Amino acid sequence: MLDIKHLTKSFSLPDRTRLPILDIPSFSIATGEQVVLIGESGGGKTTLLHCIAGIMAPDKGSIKIEGIELAKLSEAGRDRVRAAKLGYVFQTFNLLHGFSALENVRLGMTFAHGKHDLKRAAELLDKVGLGNRLHHRPAALSVGQQQRVAVARALANRPKLLLADEPTANIDPANQQLIIDLIRDCCRDEAISLLLVTHSLQVAEQFDRVEKLDQINQVHADC
Amino acid sequence: MNLLHIAWRNMQQRGLATILTMFSMTLGVSLVVLVLSLSWIITESFDRNSNVGYHMIVGAKGGSLQLALNTVFYLSEPIEVIPYEEYLELMPGAEARPNEIKKIGGLVADPERKGLFCEYTNGGFAIPVCLGDYFGPFRVVGTTPAFFTSLRFGPASDQEYQFQSGRNMLDYSEENGYFEAVLGAQVARQQGKKVGDKIKTTHGDPEGEGHGQEFTVVGILAPTGTPNDRAAFINLEGFYLIEDHARAFEDKSNPDAEKESVGRNETVQPPRLPLEKRDLTAVLVKAGDPIFAVSMQRPINKRLRVQAVSPVDEITKMLGMFITPVRAAFLALTVVVCIVSAISILVSIYNSMNERKRDIAVMRALGARRDVVVLVVLLESLLIAIGGGVAGWFIGHGIGVAYSGTIQRNTGITVGFFNTMTVYEFWLVPGLMLLATLAGVIPAFVAYRTNVSQNLGS
Repeated sequence: MLDIKHLTKSFSLPDRTRLPILDIPSFSIATGEQVVLIGESGGGKTTLLHCIAGIMAPDKGSIKIEGIELAKLSEAGRDRVRAAKLGYVFQTFNLLHGFSALENVRLGMTFAHGKHDLKRAAELLDKVGLGNRLHHRPAALSVGQQQRVAVARALANRPKLLLADEPTANIDPANQQLIIDLIRDCCRDEAISLLLVTHSLQVAEQFDRVEKLDQINQVHADC
Repeated sequence: MNLLHIAWRNMQQRGLATILTMFSMTLGVSLVVLVLSLSWIITESFDRNSNVGYHMIVGAKGGSLQLALNTVFYLSEPIEVIPYEEYLELMPGAEARPNEIKKIGGLVADPERKGLFCEYTNGGFAIPVCLGDYFGPFRVVGTTPAFFTSLRFGPASDQEYQFQSGRNMLDYSEENGYFEAVLGAQVARQQGKKVGDKIKTTHGDPEGEGHGQEFTVVGILAPTGTPNDRAAFINLEGFYLIEDHARAFEDKSNPDAEKESVGRNETVQPPRLPLEKRDLTAVLVKAGDPIFAVSMQRPINKRLRVQAVSPVDEITKMLGMFITPVRAAFLALTVVVCIVSAISILVSIYNSMNERKRDIAVMRALGARRDVVVLVVLLESLLIAIGGGVAGWFIGHGIGVAYSGTIQRNTGITVGFFNTMTVYEFWLVPGLMLLATLAGVIPAFVAYRTNVSQNLGS
């Protein structure tokens, strides 16, 4: 499903030197597999997710999603892959505040294929427990409810891989497990591969496969 | 959910800013529409007046433009007067001159011969006018009833004068003698006069000395949209009988001609001012055939005291001198308004781009291509432009319609919702909307360049 080889990423500093962030010789996720990635803050977890999502270009290396090499695609091509094959749940939810819960979910569909599967959008919101909040705007929802909308939005296009970037970091403890269960159950139901980034060992312990970034990333291993 | 919906939601999210920007666009378009309507009204007014319904004005030698301004628009002061004999030469038909001489009586040369230009004007008309008096601020025109029966007005010079009340003045009536008056629509309204009222004229200027002679208002003209709405017409015979209007006997017509006295053969009507005491400001001449107008102009101009000018030529010259630059200034003003409106849209959307970078990054993260977010931003400016443009168009024309009564009373021009539309409007209003849409290009470029990775977490 996801196959990464010799991935490197660095950022340029004001003194024109480069700060290496990622150097991952190999990393892969099988179809339907659920992987949790843990690591320290600033370790490059979000950078790795951005590279996988194609919204940040790596310096070198190969990222294949269902056999499609992202590096060989144009930017528009990467946008299409992202829209069609990936779902993304952000730490800060990133809902669009001018749109209702239902519209936020439908937004991803618009960009993926232009089809407006209203039924699926409503079903997803119902599945995450917001069937009675379809037309509420984010400001009218609790933090936990907003993240549930974000989960529904990430699943709207039936992605092959769901990237979740610390999805419970801004949520109260009572709702954290709810969100994790929701994400895992949805991915399981639709055979979606999951790469979930977290700080929480309590969350990590629930996964069969736990990856530590400093073990797969040569930059930190060398340090 | 389509891109239009997304653009609409973005606009809703920035409700106040959107409304203010749209309002600015509305003001811009309504101002453009108003300026163009005003320009149309001015042009229409001059176009109507340039079709005066006659071929030439015969008046005293001097400035031709002044003669036209004075006779057509009742502006400026008369240059000089011409002898009544000049009018006799222009009267249509071979019998007209001797008959008029017999009717009036007085000292005249060769009373039996026909008028020099009677063949040219046969089938047309020659209408005498005397200017110099005022009724309130309005000019008084001494003329004959033929002014309202022979003259036509309007863009095609085919509209007959109508009376909103009363009738045309008569050459002589048992009831009022020679002292009948017809008032233009605006004069009657502003002076509060109606049929049956008496009016007195003043001499020389609005504040001038009042004449004692009263005229009875027998008719009030329907609005024509011509300067005649702003004039008071009195019977020429009555005009001559006003004190000080008779020429002191001094024969200026042709000192070399041998003159003989012709007695009036009419005994029923009171005496008229004899021929040798009559002067005129001008004669409005329509030739029997337009080609005659050209051929008679030269011999008239060779005469000692008179000149013939084409009012259309003079008005066209005046249009070139005054109205064309004014219209150009109006158009320049509308272009400035267009640019200001477009800039206001640019500033509004551009200022919103910083706060919208996260939203754009989210859309991009959800799979929106760069060109899609550009399209969304352009759609926003298009919606603002259309919303503001349509509202401005309706408001601009609505204001025109709201004031149509006042405009019609003052100019005689009917202002409707659509009839003030000019070719400029067909270009400028959509042009302004296009410009406003293009104003979204710079913000759209900012959206295009938004760094997704950097803005996702912000």
